[in-house]
Amino acid sequence: MPTYRVVFSWLWRELRITVLVSLAATFLFGPFSDSTFVPNLIYTFTVALCIQALIEAGRYGLSASFMRRGAAPLSGMSPESVAVQRAWPGWGLMVPWIAMSAVVGYLGGHTLGDLLTGTHHAPLGILLNFQSLLPSLLPTFALAIGCTYFFYARGRLAATEAQAQAARRTAVENQLRLLVSQLEPHMLFNTLANLRVLIGQDPQRAQAMLDHLNGFLRATLDASRSDSHALSAEFARIGDYLELMQVRMGPRLTGTLDLPDELSSLPVPPLLLQPLVENAIKHGLEPSVAGGRIEVAARRDAQGLLLSVRDTGVGLGAVATHGSRFGMQQVRERLAALYGSAASLELTTPDDGLGGALAVVRIPVV
Amino acid sequence: MMNATALIAEDEPLLAANLQAELARLWPELRIVASVGDGASALQQGLTLQPDLLFLDIRMPGMSGLDAAQALAEDWPDSGRPLPLVVFVTAYDEYALRAFERAALDYVLKPVQTERLAKTCARLQAALQAREQPQAAEAGLAPMIDQLRALFGVAGQGVPGTSGPADAATASAPLRMIQASAGNTITMVPVGEVLYFEAADKYVRVITAEREHLIRTSLRELLQQLDSQQFWQIHRGTVVRADAIASASRDESGKLTLSLRDHAAKLSVSRLYAEQFKGM
Repeated sequence: MPTYRVVFSWLWRELRITVLVSLAATFLFGPFSDSTFVPNLIYTFTVALCIQALIEAGRYGLSASFMRRGAAPLSGMSPESVAVQRAWPGWGLMVPWIAMSAVVGYLGGHTLGDLLTGTHHAPLGILLNFQSLLPSLLPTFALAIGCTYFFYARGRLAATEAQAQAARRTAVENQLRLLVSQLEPHMLFNTLANLRVLIGQDPQRAQAMLDHLNGFLRATLDASRSDSHALSAEFARIGDYLELMQVRMGPRLTGTLDLPDELSSLPVPPLLLQPLVENAIKHGLEPSVAGGRIEVAARRDAQGLLLSVRDTGVGLGAVATHGSRFGMQQVRERLAALYGSAASLELTTPDDGLGGALAVVRIPVV
Repeated sequence: MMNATALIAEDEPLLAANLQAELARLWPELRIVASVGDGASALQQGLTLQPDLLFLDIRMPGMSGLDAAQALAEDWPDSGRPLPLVVFVTAYDEYALRAFERAALDYVLKPVQTERLAKTCARLQAALQAREQPQAAEAGLAPMIDQLRALFGVAGQGVPGTSGPADAATASAPLRMIQASAGNTITMVPVGEVLYFEAADKYVRVITAEREHLIRTSLRELLQQLDSQQFWQIHRGTVVRADAIASASRDESGKLTLSLRDHAAKLSVSRLYAEQFKGM
C-alpha cells in the first residue's frame, strides 16, 4: 500500500473517533452548560481533537524513543506487528502524559473553540468558577482515559493476533522442514533409479518396492496431520523404509524389527523413530564400506515404553554432522512438546564391542 | 578407441549392474575392466588398471567420488597413460552440479536415462579420439588437470575443497589456536607456530618446529577454519604455512618438493596445486 494511503486511512480512523467522542461529550455535558448545542459541539470537538492529538503524539513519540534505546523487536514478527507493539510505552508513562494532555488539550481546544465561534469564554475564568470546573474537567479526564484505553486495547489485540500468526507460521515452517528432511531428494532419486532398473529386470520386485515407497510416502505425508498411531503402524512404516534401503544397499544392509505383540497397539507419535533410523543408515551404515546391521526394538518396563534403534556402523566418533543434529533435535523437540520431561532420547555408543550407535527413546505409557 | 576401457564405481549394486548393461548396449566396444562399490577401491583399481574412462558415483562409503577423482589425479603416474576421462553419476547434489558445470566436466543424473547416457558416450568417444591426435598427446595430463582444478576450486592460493555447502559458509574469523589433547592435557598451539598439517586417517598431524601433535578432525574441516593467505594446501593430505616454506624445487620429472625453514621434512606438491609455485 502506498504511504499516503496508509497515512490517510490512519487519519480517517482517528477523525472518526474524535467525532464520536465529541458527539458523546456534547450530549452528556450539554445539560451542565449554558450554551446551545452547536457552540457546545464546536467546543467539545476542538477540545477532543487537541487532547487526542496530544495523546497520540505522546503514544507514538514516547514508545519510539523507548524502542530506540530498548531491546530489538522480537524476531519472527512482521514489521507491522512490531509497529503495533511499539506504539505503547506502558501505563507508567502514559498516565501522567494523559493528565497533561487533558489539561493542555482542554485549554488549547477551548482557545481554538473561541477562535472558531468568535466568542470569548475565558478558559482560565472557569478555574475561578468551581461550580463549572468540576463538570468540565472531570469528564474531560474520563474521556481522555477512556479513549486511551480504547487504543491500548486495540493495539494489544493486534499484537496478540500478530504473535499468533507468527506462531502459526513457525509451526508450518517446521512441518515443511520435517517433510523436506523426510523426503530427502537424494534418497528419493536413488530409490527411483533402483525402481527404474527393477521394472526391466524383475517386475515383481519392482512392484513390491513401489508398494513400500507408496507406504513410506503416504505415512510421511500423513504424519503431519495426525497425532498418534499404533506402534505396529510405526514399525510397519519403518519396515517400508528399511525395505527400500535394502534394495539400494543390497547385502551391505541387514535390518531386524522386534515388536512384542502385547505392545503393538500402544499409541506413539507418527514417524517418531523415522529420523533415528535414517540417521543410523545415513551416518552409521552408508559411510561404512562393509555396511552392517540395524535393529529396531520396543520394550516395556515399569517406567514406560523403550524404543531403541541400534546400528553397527561407523559409530558416533566419526562426524557429528548437521544432518544428524537436526534429526536428533527434531525428535527431542517432539518428545518435549508431547510429554515434557517424562520422555527422553539418548544417543550412546553400545558397550558390546560391536561398535556403531544406539539411540533409545523413552516415553510414558498412559 | 575401439578397445576403450572403463571403471564403474557405484555403491548400489542394482544401479552398478544397470549402468554396466546400458553401457554394453550403447557402446559395445567399451570394456568394463572393474566395477567397485566404494571410493577407496575406485582409486586403487583406477591406478592399477589405468582405464580410459571413470564413471564415479559421488556418495559412496569411505571416500566420495569427488575425493577419489582428486586422489587419482594426484597419484597418477607421470610415465603412464593419460588420466581417465571422468563422468560423475549422482542422484541429487546441487552444489556438485554447479561445480561440474563450472569445470565443464561430464555428469549423469540418476535415474540414468538412456538418451542422456548415449549423448555422454558420444562425447566421450569424441574426446578419446581427440586425445589420439599428436598435439593432444603432447599436452599430456594438462587438460584433465585443469578441469579438476576448476572442479576443486584450486585457483591461485584459494582454499580448495570439494564442492559442498560448507564451502559457502566458511568460518568468519580464522582459527588462532590449535587445541591438541593428549591424555588429560590439552596443549595450546598457536597457528603461527605450525609448520604444516598432515592428514592421517581420522586425525590430522600438527607439525611444529619442536614436536608434533594429533588432533581429531579432518583436514577438510580444519582448512575451512584456516586463513587461506597464511596456509596453502599443496596436496590432498598436506597444508603448509606459507611463511614456513624455504624453497620449492623441481626434479627432472617435473615433481615439486618443498623445503621448510625450521624442519628437515620435504613436502611434495601434487600436480593439482603445483601452479601456485612460480618464479616472480
